Amino acid sequence: MTPPMVRCQQVRKSFGHLEVLRGIDLVIERGQVVCVVGPSGSGKSTLLRCLNHLEEPQAGRIHVDGELIGYEERGGRLRPLPDARLRRQRESIGMVFQRFHLFPHRTALGNVMEGLVAVKGVRVADARKRAGDLLDRVGLADRAHHYPAQLSGGQQQRVAIARSLAMSPKLMLFDEPTSALDPELVGEVLEVMKDLAASGMTMIVVTHEMGFAREVGDHLVFMDDGLIIEEGPPREVLAAPAHERTRAFLSKVL
Amino acid sequence: MDRTTDQRVRAADPAPAGPDTPQANRISHPVRPGRWLAAGVVALVLVWLGWSIAVNPNLHWDIVVDYQFDSVILEGLWVTIQLTVASMLIGVVLGVVVALMQISESRILRTGATAYVWFFRGTPLLVQLIFWFNIALIFPEIGLGVPFGGPKLVTWETNALVTGFVAALLGLSINEGAYMSEIVRAGLRAVDPGQQEAAAALGMSRAKIMRRVVLPQAMRIIVPPTGNQFISMLKTTSLVSVIAGADLLTVAQRLYLTNFEVIALLIVASIWYLVLTTVATIGQYFLERRFSRGFGTTVPGTLRGRIGRNLRFTGTAR
Repeated sequence: MTPPMVRCQQVRKSFGHLEVLRGIDLVIERGQVVCVVGPSGSGKSTLLRCLNHLEEPQAGRIHVDGELIGYEERGGRLRPLPDARLRRQRESIGMVFQRFHLFPHRTALGNVMEGLVAVKGVRVADARKRAGDLLDRVGLADRAHHYPAQLSGGQQQRVAIARSLAMSPKLMLFDEPTSALDPELVGEVLEVMKDLAASGMTMIVVTHEMGFAREVGDHLVFMDDGLIIEEGPPREVLAAPAHERTRAFLSKVL
Repeated sequence: MDRTTDQRVRAADPAPAGPDTPQANRISHPVRPGRWLAAGVVALVLVWLGWSIAVNPNLHWDIVVDYQFDSVILEGLWVTIQLTVASMLIGVVLGVVVALMQISESRILRTGATAYVWFFRGTPLLVQLIFWFNIALIFPEIGLGVPFGGPKLVTWETNALVTGFVAALLGLSINEGAYMSEIVRAGLRAVDPGQQEAAAALGMSRAKIMRRVVLPQAMRIIVPPTGNQFISMLKTTSLVSVIAGADLLTVAQRLYLTNFEVIALLIVASIWYLVLTTVATIGQYFLERRFSRGFGTTVPGTLRGRIGRNLRFTGTAR
């Protein structure tokens, strides 16, 4: 039996005295598109960042594709994974940030090539070919030689998605991918994400786009105060939230 | 006041025209008599200065011409260039290493870096140079072997090892490293932390993140002040004349101590410093243009304006 794509068990994380995650249990199957919603400060982004170990959880276990993330078990204790092995894990988990974080000193093409050349050791000519194909896939073939500063926010985010896809990830994390965009640019990014979902990619999307959650999401997770309050099929949760806090939140954003 | 208004009206109305003709909508800038007056005064002072220098019998321009390409002067010039380039190269490398120590997670590395910067920025370069030149008074021998008084494999006489040139190189580069580390640190801090996260999420190692993502972006911040340091260094090398560094100023001094043409030889040296500074400024311009790629900004100012700015000799000694 193949393991689920993601399994979180009692994941906890605090910053100083502030408990941001207070015991998260979550299972995500292959090919699922999971939307994580909730008020700001509820721990959504921190959970996402724990999944590729940009944040180190203080307790609990996260398995991605059956592999324990960031730690190894030795002598009955969890120890931090050596750097090289952590890097291999991150390689297979794509991440898209709210503020894009494209490399400003490289062109769109250079951004997409960067991981291929610097991490995977692909020959430059091959990387250029593959990066060109990916830019074409996100509709930006004609912007290959533009620097990020010369692109709109929506175009930058599409380049960022292509940059992640270049690593051939088995899981894609989206941290509020459209929150920093002007309203008229949100659609083009969601469109690319929709295509990606249709191609069978497993995706976890922290978002405020309830329309996207309803239309594309297979599963909706509502978080508040470091806990998962409610989860289920998006249409059901959005139409008839079972929990008072979910109702209160949805009444504000819908 | 009346005159100005009058001139403005005349400039705006070369021919009688209605309110809708192009002439009527043209903007005319008023003449500013104060500015013209100031410009006239400055021009007059410059011409008078140039004239009094050119015809001054005490300045011995013929001697300046004789010595400008004198082989002794050219040797000193070559030493100055070597000292500047080598000290800056070592200084930049030291600066990067010390800056990386300062942002390290190890407290010992951070403390070491802070102590280095504290000491070498806190004492005058002139004192440091004299110290290095007299290092044999503290350590008469330098050897390779077991530290803390253990047996030595090889030893050298310090005085044979630390010549004037070596002392100058040590003093200048180690001092420069302290200043460069602050410049590099400022550059590293200016790079958005999100850049490191994005690179880490791709699976890049720390060394690669630094080399391929952080440093290239920090360079945009680091290059302009480093250019200034280089230009400053060209002239700071003249301090090594106190330890017989055989640089441009040293050889000029040696010459005027025998022929008493003090002013002429100082002019010879100054002309060479001006030439070096001009060349360095041109190099800096192109370097900055190279490292501002992708930031949508052009290098401020024209090449010609910048050469003038960097020729200032003030504030270079430290």
